[in-house]
Amino acid sequence: MKVVIVVPAFNESPVIYNVLKSIPKKINGVSLIDVVVVNDGSSDNTQSEVQRAGFPVINHAINRGLGAAIKTGIAYASAKKADIMVTFDGDGQHEPSDIEKIILPIVQKKADLVIGSRFKKSKNVPLDRFFLNWFANFITLLLYGVVTTDSQSGLRAFSQKALDVVDFKGERMDFSSEILLEAKRNNLKKAEVPIKAIYTEYSRKKGQKNLNAIPTFARFLVRLLR
Amino acid sequence: MFTAIQILLLAFVIFAISRVYLRLKEKVISTRVAIFWFLIWMAALVGRGVDIIVYISLALLFYLVFRIYVMIEDLRHQITYLVREIALSGSSKNRKNRKKPKK
Repeated sequence: MKVVIVVPAFNESPVIYNVLKSIPKKINGVSLIDVVVVNDGSSDNTQSEVQRAGFPVINHAINRGLGAAIKTGIAYASAKKADIMVTFDGDGQHEPSDIEKIILPIVQKKADLVIGSRFKKSKNVPLDRFFLNWFANFITLLLYGVVTTDSQSGLRAFSQKALDVVDFKGERMDFSSEILLEAKRNNLKKAEVPIKAIYTEYSRKKGQKNLNAIPTFARFLVRLLR
Repeated sequence: MFTAIQILLLAFVIFAISRVYLRLKEKVISTRVAIFWFLIWMAALVGRGVDIIVYISLALLFYLVFRIYVMIEDLRHQITYLVREIALSGSSKNRKNRKKPKK
C-alpha cells in the first residue's frame, strides 16, 4: 500500500518546516509514504524551507489557487501509482496522527473518499468559523444535494479509484464542494471521520478569510449556471 | 423641420455607414455582416428605430460580456494547465539539479 501525502503550500515559510517534520514516517498497513509539497507560487522562502526539511517540492511558477494545487497533487499521485492520496494543509491546522484515521476506511475498502471533518465533534471551533462552515455546508446541500458536516476540510483521503475519476474545475476555495459532487456523480463511497482542528492564530490568519466566502460563493453559482 | 438632435443623429448614421462601407471595401468584414450593420444604422432613422437599436445593443453587449467571461475562464484553466505541466516536468529536473548546482 503506497500513500502519497500532498501538502499544498502558499507562503507558509514560518511553519512549513515543522509541519513536514511532524508528518508520521510510518503508518500501520502502509508500506511507503511519499510526502510532496505543491508550492503554489509562494513569494517567500517556502521552497527552501521544504528543501531544508528534505522533501520534494513541485513548484507552480505563479499562484493558481488551492484547487489547482490539489489537482497538481492528484496528477503527481496518479503518476506515482499511489494507492491512496492524502491532502494535508501546509499551515499546521491538522493533527498529523489524524492521517492514519482518515486512510483507515480506504485501507479497509469501506470508502473511496474520506473527509476529515472538523465539526463532527465540534469543540474549540471559533463561532464565526462554525457559522461560515454551516453556511457552506448548507449551500453544498442546496446546490449539489450532498450532505456533509465539513465541506471545506483540507484533510482528505482519495483511493486510487477516486484519483482516476475525480475531476474538478474550481481552482480556488470553491473546489472543495465540487469534489463532493464528483464523488456523488461517480458513485464513490464517501466517509467522514472526525478530526481535530488546531486553530492557532497563524492558521486562522492564513486560512480562508471570512469575507472570502462571498466571492467563493459567487464563483460557485456562476459555474453551476454556466 | 429637423431638430438639432435629428441632424446630429443623421450625421452620425452617415458616418457609421461610411465606416461600414470602408471596412467592406477593405474586406475586413463580410458582405453579410456589412448588410447587418447597414440595416441597423438605417433603422436608426426610422421613427422609433433608435429604441430598437438600444434594445439590440443591450442584448448584444450582454451576450459579448458573457462570451468574454467564458473566454477568460477558459484562459485561466489553460494557464493553470501550463503551470501544472511545467511544475510536474520541473520537479524531477530540480532533484537532478540539486546534486550538481550550476554556478
